[in-house]
Amino acid sequence: MDKYTLSSSPHVRSAETTGRIMLDVIIALLPATVLGVVFFGWSALWVVLVSTAAAVATEALLQRLMKRKVTIMDGSAAVTGLLLALNLPPSVPLYIPVVGSVFAIAIVKQCFGGIGGNFLNPALAARAFLMLSWPTAMTSWTMPVDAVSTVTPLAAINEAGAGVPSPYLDMFLGNVGGCIGETSALALLIGGIYLVARRVIDPSIPVVYIATVGLFTWVAGSDGLFTGDGLYHMLAGGLMLGAIYMATDYTTSPMTVKGRIIFALGCGVVTCVIRLWGGYPEGVSYSILLMNLFVPLIDRAVKPRMFGSVALKEAEK
Amino acid sequence: MARFSFRGGVHPLQHIHHGKRFTESRSIEKCSVPDEVVIPLSQHIGAPSKPIVAVGDVVDMGQRIADEGGYVSVPCFASVSGKVKAIEKRPHISGQPTMAIVIENDHEDRLYSGIKSPGRLEDLTPAQIVDAIKGAGIVGMGGAAFPTHVKLSPPPEKKIDTVIINGAECEPYLTADHRIMLEYPGEVVRGLKAAVKALGASSAWIGIENNKPDAIAAIQKAVSGSDIRVAPLKVKYPQGAEKQLIYAITGREVPSGGLPMDVGVVVINAGTAYQICQAIEKGMPLFERVVTVTGSVGIPGNLLVRIGTPVSHVIAQAGGFSGKIEKVIAGGPMMGIALYNLDAPVMKGTSGILALDDKMARPVEESACIRCGKCVMVCPIRLQPYLLDAYSDADRFDDAEKNGVMDCIECGCCAYTCPANRHLVQAMRLAKCEINNKRKACAK
Repeated sequence: MDKYTLSSSPHVRSAETTGRIMLDVIIALLPATVLGVVFFGWSALWVVLVSTAAAVATEALLQRLMKRKVTIMDGSAAVTGLLLALNLPPSVPLYIPVVGSVFAIAIVKQCFGGIGGNFLNPALAARAFLMLSWPTAMTSWTMPVDAVSTVTPLAAINEAGAGVPSPYLDMFLGNVGGCIGETSALALLIGGIYLVARRVIDPSIPVVYIATVGLFTWVAGSDGLFTGDGLYHMLAGGLMLGAIYMATDYTTSPMTVKGRIIFALGCGVVTCVIRLWGGYPEGVSYSILLMNLFVPLIDRAVKPRMFGSVALKEAEK
Repeated sequence: MARFSFRGGVHPLQHIHHGKRFTESRSIEKCSVPDEVVIPLSQHIGAPSKPIVAVGDVVDMGQRIADEGGYVSVPCFASVSGKVKAIEKRPHISGQPTMAIVIENDHEDRLYSGIKSPGRLEDLTPAQIVDAIKGAGIVGMGGAAFPTHVKLSPPPEKKIDTVIINGAECEPYLTADHRIMLEYPGEVVRGLKAAVKALGASSAWIGIENNKPDAIAAIQKAVSGSDIRVAPLKVKYPQGAEKQLIYAITGREVPSGGLPMDVGVVVINAGTAYQICQAIEKGMPLFERVVTVTGSVGIPGNLLVRIGTPVSHVIAQAGGFSGKIEKVIAGGPMMGIALYNLDAPVMKGTSGILALDDKMARPVEESACIRCGKCVMVCPIRLQPYLLDAYSDADRFDDAEKNGVMDCIECGCCAYTCPANRHLVQAMRLAKCEINNKRKACAK
């Protein structure tokens, strides 16, 4: 008799896999990565390559040592390495992305259960770790070849007399100082639209996060209510990169749309509080990391209303 | 508030037009009859039927060979004329060999002389209609195989105001109901009218997914002049799931743990409606049904198969297998049952036989949950499959019960979508089984 496979239904599966999703994220990040290299030069490319390679190598080595299945082919370590690189200044010494990637993969991800188990965004947690360890290297900026300003757009408005605020167009295209991947809002948006079209990310988080920052900073203007420059804040710093690619990390964001909206609102508010009234010029990384910690609580509080549950309650009355 | 759709759901195999193109234009053809039919005594929900014939008896086609085994049970009928060869355990689609009446076909197809119509629908009382349906051995032919006469006899406190014919046929590949509605629209409508009269309902709908425009047109023509309404439903799996169908057409939500009658609705499959018409107008019992035979077979089609025909015989009639077959499924690819023994016979609820090759049904390895939340988005019951899967894996069945696992309709949307290929439906089924066992143990 011929042998047939016996297993539970469903007997067909969609073509979507973890690997395909990670590949889509890498594709979406290519415009920002390429522009980063164009604006900042070859050192930026080295940072990207070294960071990605270190992340993948760390995961493979650690999984071997822990006698677990090596899962680097799912692309998640590569994405973490790439995202970390995009969050670093273009001319950091290369030991920084290496240490950062090792921290992100070994400590934040693998020690907490591997993919799906991390409680913080690995790339952002690594960036925070690097900021604490090497604050000078992490805040030394290089300018694009023909930039107007000599500081990043947020530093320019953070300290009085630090410099002239950048024009909107430069911030939109990326012709400003900053981390490798965060400067060009245009490139990041193109990638973001690609991810929404491919159904990789739910647009709730980026839309609510960015809109909250724009609204909050407009309302809480330094010259009085409703005088703030919301647009400047939406284009400046790591907001686009964070809102589209970091806050949307599956593992560290809520499982329901309502939960995600609450999460994004929280990220937006904390980002603005840090930017406007905190010591740092930039608040995106810390706000996302802080909200990551709230996600298990959000998921417990916000559960979808089960089909038939209201009807059941009414029947019980 | 009718919206003709529901929240959640997936579009399986959209890239191959849900597999419907292979058979949607193939008209119903009679399947050749085998030399031996195996009629299982348990092919419906409820108590198995009790045989009333003995080995050696000569029977006619359509003759009653088993009586109902309880209230929730139906009689069984010979699907060929011939001699009763054995009453013994035989292979069954469920995987467990079960008691069956085996009849050796004399290939004469002598129709039982006692078959006659109980009367005109206008002259029958609701009780007589229900009796005729029971007497014809009719069960839900969409796959669930619940005794139809029980469905049409709700307790008096559950007043039914709406009857819905389920012509959605949302499972990929299956086109049996499509062809029945297209080729016998009058019978489907008259079967609906009988059900409406039996229930005393005031409102009647026929729900058809709008990827079947020819069937919608045929049914609309057949209902013109009556106040039966046709609902063209948005194409999405599982639109044909009872609760989703009721919601899409009436806006009512069947309560958790409840039944359609709790919201005043009864849903009947299109094939069952056809069968009801046959029972009332001709007195014909249920001994053959339309089965879509498709996938990697030589000649996919919609065959009229006698109950008790082995699956292997039907596949041979459809030109045999083409290519290396990974799974043979009774039903559709989302909720069907994988078979290991193709001698198992076609039963009253077998709507399809699907051969999937190793490309379509490649066994997949689970990887870790990435917490993407897609399972939550697609669940039509709005459960949290990732959570129930985690609870099930950790043997925390009480927590799974609290989070609604007993309401899972096992549609497969979550597992279909999961990028990590987690065996979500399997985990739910395990949890439900453990919870049921615990409930039975507590009840003792």
